[in-house]
Amino acid sequence: MPHTPGAANTPTIVLVGHGMVGQRFLEALAERGMTARARVVVLCEEPRPAYDRVHLTSYFSGTTPDELSMVPEGFMAEHGIELHTGDPAVAVDREARTVTARSGAVFPYDTLVLATGSYPFVPPVPGRDATGCFVYRTIEDLLAIEEYAKGAATGAVVGGGLLGLEAAGALKGLGLRTHVVEFAPRLMPVQVDEGGGAALLRTIEGMGLSVHTGVGTQEVIAAEDGTVTGMKLSDGSELATDLVVFSAGVRPRDQLGRDCGLEVGERGGIVVDERCRTSDPAVFAIGECALAADGRVYGLVAPGYEMALAAADTIVEREASFTGADTSTKLKLLGVDVASFGDAHGTTEGCLDVVYSDSRSGIYKKLVVAADGTLLGGVLVGDAEQYGMLRPLTGTVPPVSAEQLVLPAGAGAPVALGPEALPDDAVICSCHNVTKGAICEHTTLPEVKKCTKAGTGCGSCVKVIEKLLPKSGDGGLCTCFARTRQELYEIVQVLRITSYAELLDRYGREEARGGEGCEVCKPTVASILASLSNGYILDGEQAALQDTNDHFLANIQKNGSYSIVPRIPGGEITPEKLIVLGEVAKDHGLYMKITGAQRIDMFGARVEQLPGIWARLVDAGFESGHAYGKALRTVKSCVGQTWCRYGVQDSVRMAIDLELRYRGLRAPHKLKSGVSGCQRECAEAQSKDFGIIATANGWNLYVGGNGGANPRHADLLAKDLSDAELVRLIDRFLMYYVRTAERLERTAPWIERIGFDHVRQVVVEDSLGIGEELDELMARHVANFRDEWAETLNDPERLRRFVSFVNAPETPDPTVQFVPERDQMKPNLTILTLEGVSAR
Amino acid sequence: MKLELSPGGGEWLPVCDPEVLTPGRGMAALLPDGRQAALFRDRSGRLYAIDNRDPFTGAQVLARGLIGTAAGRTFVASPLLKQRFDLETGRCLDDDEVAVDVYPVRTA
Ligand code: SRM
Ligand SMILES: Cc1cc2nc3c(=O)[nH]c(=O)nc-3n(C[C@H](O)[C@H](O)[C@H](O)COP(=O)(O)OP(=O)(O)OC[C@H]3O[C@@H](n4cnc5c(N)ncnc54)[C@H](O)[C@@H]3O)c2cc1C
Ligand code: SF4
Ligand code: FES
Repeated sequence: MPHTPGAANTPTIVLVGHGMVGQRFLEALAERGMTARARVVVLCEEPRPAYDRVHLTSYFSGTTPDELSMVPEGFMAEHGIELHTGDPAVAVDREARTVTARSGAVFPYDTLVLATGSYPFVPPVPGRDATGCFVYRTIEDLLAIEEYAKGAATGAVVGGGLLGLEAAGALKGLGLRTHVVEFAPRLMPVQVDEGGGAALLRTIEGMGLSVHTGVGTQEVIAAEDGTVTGMKLSDGSELATDLVVFSAGVRPRDQLGRDCGLEVGERGGIVVDERCRTSDPAVFAIGECALAADGRVYGLVAPGYEMALAAADTIVEREASFTGADTSTKLKLLGVDVASFGDAHGTTEGCLDVVYSDSRSGIYKKLVVAADGTLLGGVLVGDAEQYGMLRPLTGTVPPVSAEQLVLPAGAGAPVALGPEALPDDAVICSCHNVTKGAICEHTTLPEVKKCTKAGTGCGSCVKVIEKLLPKSGDGGLCTCFARTRQELYEIVQVLRITSYAELLDRYGREEARGGEGCEVCKPTVASILASLSNGYILDGEQAALQDTNDHFLANIQKNGSYSIVPRIPGGEITPEKLIVLGEVAKDHGLYMKITGAQRIDMFGARVEQLPGIWARLVDAGFESGHAYGKALRTVKSCVGQTWCRYGVQDSVRMAIDLELRYRGLRAPHKLKSGVSGCQRECAEAQSKDFGIIATANGWNLYVGGNGGANPRHADLLAKDLSDAELVRLIDRFLMYYVRTAERLERTAPWIERIGFDHVRQVVVEDSLGIGEELDELMARHVANFRDEWAETLNDPERLRRFVSFVNAPETPDPTVQFVPERDQMKPNLTILTLEGVSAR
Repeated sequence: MKLELSPGGGEWLPVCDPEVLTPGRGMAALLPDGRQAALFRDRSGRLYAIDNRDPFTGAQVLARGLIGTAAGRTFVASPLLKQRFDLETGRCLDDDEVAVDVYPVRTA
């Protein structure tokens, strides 16, 4: 039944093959809005829509076919895609631009996409069609194997590659005595070398499988009724078996393309260009059926996905290309880690192998290095932990010897994987595309910024840059102080110093005494003074020390306006308060956004608007959220026991209590926390400086977590704590951190530096005997807390600074302007590119 | 006594009482032609004025930076991306090719 397209101008896209890559292609079309503009028809040979072939074998460990499905529920209906399951395409007429399906239906197309995948290669041996011979590619194959295995005792897999071993594992799981027959002299010949194969062999034999390498299958022997009874091998031996699975590689399914005259490769595969177009520009081919622009047929899913995106982009007329992919592989099969990358087989001339092999544990690691030490590739069997680090090092001379790299953890010196380990051409600053090599030509941060621009964009790379630079001579805080933050903290505390000038003139470097200090030590000392004196942070001399954010109690934005983040403890907020936020934002024309930390940010206030806005917020019961300070930010919470069916404690209450206890605490860097009501961890507590997870018996306390550029999972400090025990440990933990961390050192790097065990001993066991002193400091903080914004509003003297111009206090800054975007507003940056407001 | 600033052409513009400037911090002043100046007072009471526009971002914010001393020169660090500007010459200490205007100041 031929179809006539409804509207003449609606193009039709026909997809043949609904496998993994086909489905990714459909999603890409939907993401690009194309499904709304085109009629999309899918011809699917299998009886079910696309499923996760990569995890096919998990069917045998209980995953149902439905669970393997890759099509989100309602996807086809939502995007108006016509899916015809069990109806493969049988012919393409490129002249008429139609596809004919087995059912007889004819579909006209404007664009045709072939995603027909591969078929398993079955060697042409006699008896290959006997009852009891199978391949291993589809859910239907597995169902048939499962059924047949019920009446079988022995199984044999032809092919000891990746899939063969997977199939062998499955047969074993079905209770069969299992043999693997591999023609090559070792298992997984494509991925691993001889040594790796030997390690694999030991492991696999250790699992009770019989492996026959270096022999081919000559014939499948069948009984009179046509059922398999055994195999004849090339060494003349016979192997009795009831069932045979062929897993001897795959071949691209390019028949449809061949039949309609598309160009195909000599060894198969529909030829495509870098945009996945075939020799007919109206026809695309993607996934395993395509011969990519680099002359390869990829048998992995990731390159297929990239091809799907390239084709979709081209169809919606975006620049796109697929020129080749990395075929490094890391697999987990039969519980064995296997990885190979780069020149795994050492084919480069003059290269050397460095091998570590432990036959007891089945670990084999080989690195291939050039004569000059350049890492060329490698094979890891049994322990592929280092794959992630080794692959990017390929092509470089690693900072430590190859021997050290292959030694297992615990043997010899640990291998440092910090930025030192990165190759010279690793891009450190992605804003300005500056490599490690370019940075290392300089010795100080200002010099790096000046000469390479690295670190002058988003600034997120500065910490890594600092690590790459030679340590400044004496480890001092800055050009003004030769001491560390911790030393300054001790000095301020013991000598009861209350002024920055005094500290600089007495304890600064000789040449800095009597000077102005600098932008590094001023806020640092201000924070120490604030941590120890708990006073209002903007009084007297302290006013001159704070960064602009602390100075105006708000966060500066790129056009010089400020954002406002009121505290919303635990993320809990009443409708009334929400309404106030909405009204305030509306009245002052502010842009609103929910932040990544469960609160609400309002952007675009000019300096002189801040007090008026805050007056209304304070009136409604809000207080400063310290988004501008090196201080406690938020204590995120999950909804917890009160509502959630899994919750075992009241996580919201605990989060609010903690947020109110530690609000305003000045620290070397910002502090974040989270409280989850159960192990499901919806509040992400383990990524926080201190995080709490409820247990049936109380609370578990985790410390030293971090998101950001260098994420770190928190360490468990103590378990099953009562409320009081929990608070006490946090008090001590925080105060010890405030006292001993360096400037801008979050708890995560601080713990890494001084050691988690040490922190635990001090905080939990009070090994330094300073526990009570820390308790006292925190008690003082809690008792003295006052809201900075309320205090500011009550004091005309303090309010004086909130003007744009000292000589025109009523005039707003004319360069802070906004333009509309998505029903709100955003900074007008064009005005900032003018050299001044009026012409000069 | 007033802090006066010369926007050019030999004129002097009275701006504010120098005492309103917190030592170590700045404030912005609006000039008659729409330009903005950043005024500073250091610990010793010395006054400075440079253009308020941060040439790296275009925002009028230099008055809100922190001042400091480096190799004997007094500077302000932009509050946005922290580049430092010499308060006497206007030169950027972190990029030779960038400078801001300097305005003469006096008290009268
Ligand atoms: C507003 C917000 C983004 C948003 O729209 O959601 C934000 C905005 C900024 N973040 Fe953030 N961060 C925000 C949540 C986060 C989160 C998520 C969270 O807190 O759950 C993270 C990762 C978690 C973490 O910190 O471990 C985060 C990691 C960072 C980092 C990296 C910190 C690190 O340790 O690596 C920086 C840079 C820094 O602090 O040195 C940063 C810095 C900044 C600054 C202060 C950059 C700056 O100096 O201008 C941004 C200014 C805030 C402003 O103007 O209001 N922001 N930032 C979020 C405010 C949350 C809040 O309510 O207070
Ligand atoms: C057991 C197993 C384990 C694997 N493990 C991994 C792994 O760990 N990592 C990895 O990257 N890859 C793995 N792969 C490979 C991966 O599954 C493929 O790379 C991927 O499925 C290719 O996607 P595709 O869409 O090109 O082909 P397929 O997923 O094979 O889809 C092609 C579809 O087209 C259909 N079709 C063919 N001809 C027609 C026609 N004329 N009309 C209509 N429909 C047609 C087929 O029936 C099939 O459903 C594994 C494969 C198997 C079998
Ligand atoms: S962490 Fe547990 S209690 Fe909290 S919302 Fe998630 S599942 Fe519920
Ligand atoms: S990554 Fe270097 S400044 Fe953004």
